[in-house]
Amino acid sequence: MNRDTQEMSCEEFQSLLPDLIGSGEDLANHPHLINCDLCRTLLSDLETIAEAARQLLPPEEPPDRIWKQIESAIRNEGT
Amino acid sequence: MVGNVAEAEDLTQEAFLQLHRKISTFRGDSAFSTWLHRLTINVVLMQLRRKGLHLVSLDEAMDPGPDESPGRSFGAPDPLLSGSIDRLALERAVASLPAGYRLIFILHDIEGFEHNEIASMLDCSIGNSKSQLHKARLKLRDALRTDSQKETRP
Repeated sequence: MNRDTQEMSCEEFQSLLPDLIGSGEDLANHPHLINCDLCRTLLSDLETIAEAARQLLPPEEPPDRIWKQIESAIRNEGT
Repeated sequence: MVGNVAEAEDLTQEAFLQLHRKISTFRGDSAFSTWLHRLTINVVLMQLRRKGLHLVSLDEAMDPGPDESPGRSFGAPDPLLSGSIDRLALERAVASLPAGYRLIFILHDIEGFEHNEIASMLDCSIGNSKSQLHKARLKLRDALRTDSQKETRP
């Protein structure tokens, strides 16, 4: 990271966050975060939310009756 | 995605009917699973539009408008969300997201699709998908912090 990166403002850093997070790289040692509690807290919160989301809404299979309804509706369309 | 089991079942049926009607138009330009997801998402968006949500197209779903954009985090120090987020609080917060943000958040963070897959499904750029997901998470953070502040107040 160069000097410009170290002196980045919070606004600049946060505008880059979607790409930085999306890149999958480890941001723990990003120079801006080393000295910025605010952005470190923000990133930690966003990671906590993403982590919690993985436990949410496990995929559900539609019940058997739905498949029967679909089969029947498709048959009706064909006639 | 629609927050209602009966409605989700109706939409499942509609998606399969659409699949039956349109399968002959699948040309193999993308993976079949991507094509099917796109078709399904269109069924969901049409339903949201019928319910009166301001969704005219996928483009509009991707851009909830300036009034609904989350605030950024400058200046005042923010209290950290606790390490574990209450599941019900998160479900409530997700349900309250504008439809476009909710769509991206569910596809990426809950269902586990990559940005390139979402971009292909929604016919948007990868950058747009990343940006909308980020805004969705910021909005959830605002909602969860408001929620936890309410709970800690006497």
